[in-house]
Amino acid sequence: MVRFTLNGRPQALDVEAEMPLLWALRDEIGLTGTKYGCGQALCGACTVLVDGQPVRACQTPVGDLENRVVATIEGAAGRVAEAVQNAWTGLDVPQCGYCQSGQVLAAIALLSENRSPSDADIDAALAGNLCRCATYHRIRAAVHAAARALA
Amino acid sequence: MLAKFLDSTAGSPAPSRRGLLIGAAAISGGLMIGFRGGARAQGAKPAAPANPFAGYVTIGADNSVTIHSAHMDMGQGIYHGIATLVNEELRADWAQIRVEGGWGNPALFGNVNWGGAIQGTGGSTGMQSSFERYRRAGAVARQMLVNAAAAEWKVPAAEIVVERGLLRHGARQAPFGAFAARAAALPVPADVALRAPQDWIYIGKDRDVLPKFDSRAKVTGRQDFTIDVRLPGLLTAVMIHPPLFGATLKSFDAAKARTMKGVVDVVATPRGLAVVADNMWRALRAREAVTAEWDTSQAETRSSEALMAEYRALAAKPGVATAEVKGDVEKAFAGAARIVEAIYEFPYLAHAALEPMNAIARIENGRVEVWGGHQMPDIYQGIAARVAGVTPDKVTLHVMKTGGGFGRRAVIDGDVVAEAVAVSRVLGGRPVRVQWTREDDMRAGRYRPAYIHRLKAGLDAAGNIVAWQNHIVGQSILAGTPFEQGLVRNGVDLTSVEGAQHLPYAFPAMKVELTSTRVGVPVLWWRAVGSTHTAYAVEAFLDEVAAAAGKDPVQFRLALMKDHPRHAAVLRLAAEKAGWGQPLPAGRFRGIAIAESFETIVAQVAEVSVEGNLPRVHRVVCALDCGVAVNPDNIRAQMEGGIGFGLGAILKSKLTLDKGRVVEGNFDGYEVLRLDEMPRVEVHILPSSTKPTGVGEPGVPPIGPAVANAFHAASGRRIRVLPFTRPENA
Repeated sequence: MVRFTLNGRPQALDVEAEMPLLWALRDEIGLTGTKYGCGQALCGACTVLVDGQPVRACQTPVGDLENRVVATIEGAAGRVAEAVQNAWTGLDVPQCGYCQSGQVLAAIALLSENRSPSDADIDAALAGNLCRCATYHRIRAAVHAAARALA
Repeated sequence: MLAKFLDSTAGSPAPSRRGLLIGAAAISGGLMIGFRGGARAQGAKPAAPANPFAGYVTIGADNSVTIHSAHMDMGQGIYHGIATLVNEELRADWAQIRVEGGWGNPALFGNVNWGGAIQGTGGSTGMQSSFERYRRAGAVARQMLVNAAAAEWKVPAAEIVVERGLLRHGARQAPFGAFAARAAALPVPADVALRAPQDWIYIGKDRDVLPKFDSRAKVTGRQDFTIDVRLPGLLTAVMIHPPLFGATLKSFDAAKARTMKGVVDVVATPRGLAVVADNMWRALRAREAVTAEWDTSQAETRSSEALMAEYRALAAKPGVATAEVKGDVEKAFAGAARIVEAIYEFPYLAHAALEPMNAIARIENGRVEVWGGHQMPDIYQGIAARVAGVTPDKVTLHVMKTGGGFGRRAVIDGDVVAEAVAVSRVLGGRPVRVQWTREDDMRAGRYRPAYIHRLKAGLDAAGNIVAWQNHIVGQSILAGTPFEQGLVRNGVDLTSVEGAQHLPYAFPAMKVELTSTRVGVPVLWWRAVGSTHTAYAVEAFLDEVAAAAGKDPVQFRLALMKDHPRHAAVLRLAAEKAGWGQPLPAGRFRGIAIAESFETIVAQVAEVSVEGNLPRVHRVVCALDCGVAVNPDNIRAQMEGGIGFGLGAILKSKLTLDKGRVVEGNFDGYEVLRLDEMPRVEVHILPSSTKPTGVGEPGVPPIGPAVANAFHAASGRRIRVLPFTRPENA
């Protein structure tokens, strides 16, 4: 049995310790906002926050989460999250939308630590989150817009 | 094959679909397919307007307005576009509206650009196919609501005003829901006029007026895709596909896998083995424990290098078929003062949509349900019926939004749909999601074919082109499909040569030849189809010829475009907005290219510098003419996305065959564009009052040659073997 905090609530999970958090979230807990894209930490679609840091849920075994604090897109809340999500909708960033849970969480992690990121900061923080629709142009603009809203 | 599927739909609601495929025609690069017995073929009398409430629009007593889209949405924004068209006429409150995927009614949903008899999304036809009929649906629905209110209120219909979801007469008003049921039962008025463009309040407006419905859901994790559908008792299946294209299953041993935790069964289907479990990870773990033997005697076993060597040898010979010929090409070359020649090579490409292929099937009491990204719903309905052993009227489809697509979910054999139904059937109808992994998705074929273009141009002493020749070598996408009969003419697959023929340039003599190859690798349309390689070859080679002639690339093209003022206007706009001819910061260089695909004309100017051996693209200025701009912001988004999609492909993407096996399996080997490589993009839409044409694909073709031409300006090097990162380009 693994116990951790998930989206602000205590979560107990009785599954194989090596099961990746991605599939535990999706198939055991029923939270599907975290997406599967590659299974090898190569695309960022499954990005979640563990203790505030963006990690790839597809490569995070459930057994490593004891006493950790996990936030998925369903639990994104607070001033930074609101600014990011409003900036994203304000610019209609999503096309297919499949990668956007991961993009939004990566942006929240960035802006939580750096309130006025440069283009280079954004590139460095988000280059691991693939978007096949290539909404990158608007993602960059939306991160700047969220930073302005938080200033 | 298609005819068989269509025949097998005899029990479905629309009799028109029972016709046989008799032929097809291609217009301007788009697919146009004719079906005998289709509504259009039955006589000259114009059909009465369809009852919008019979399938296009549902208005609930709760005032909800549900629009049923003939086109599936993979991110291209057609749901938004169709809602815009309907509501321009209907005038519901934007917040009342939602859009769902329609299916099962080809009389209403048949793709107009494909002849109207079969539903499908592709060829950037969504807006063009919808522009008339969805506005009409909105107008007729509004008139029927008005007529119902007029009857109830006993006032003249003409005095009733419709605004933001309310019907009003004097002090009296009612929401749509109050008259919805009554309106739907009224006769369909025959003579409802559409609003004039000057009265449009939604078409042509930006997101401040019409924000996208689904952006909020997509940034909060609430948008459900096929991978997210939850059903009681839903199982997950992962496939074991043959290791080579054309290999078949001989035997397998799943004894160990069947004992593993969560595993339900391991079953054979015509397309491979399915490992079924209660959880994706358990299914994947069990898959590792299955062993299988394959018969590879009929399999494709060539490597990419060997294939390309064969293609090069074929390209050196005359083409097997002639796609276009004008003037006496041999004589014109003989009289040329100078000849320029080049060979361009293009690799196989995967669609690599971020949501790997999937579908869900459930069979209960003889009824089949299939959830998926149903890009060709009528065909998938037929396939699901055939695999389940029922008639098509027993099949219900759930059309899901998909996490990308780029052409991959329009497959004649229904691949993953057939797998899901087959697995569910073996399991006695239990609900099951077949979910491919990234590696399954990348190695299952259906690629943009590899091609070679051998190009030759003759110049006179003044540097004018007197002759142009292009020999294209590569697989036919349509060969062996039901589309072959109509869209392969005189040995020419129109999807192999679109973008290389009917150019906007006035060459005194020209010839476009094609040699279609037989290779056991399944191929498919990939966002912008033929123009993904033809535009690169034509526009990069034209830049070589302009350089040989010592002429400016923009002026050189404009001089050839005298008969094509729309193309010239787009080229001029891109050049002007990019500051063509103006000085750039040190180390920056420009390149330009133009391509028409699916009747939309797009020109792009790329601004690059050189980093190592590769271009860094800083800025792209994009101009286009797509007719009436229905959703300008979505058009900009599609151009931005098309540029990023195309840029990643030409810089980095390739699939390699090693003795028939696909080497790349994930995003480490198959590289795509990342955020730090995305240029700034500016999009300029030419004002137009002609019919709207598509934007989902046409942003892709020009970016490759624009970057290649800019890279040459920067480095003096021509990149003729794609992608740019290939070792031979270093």
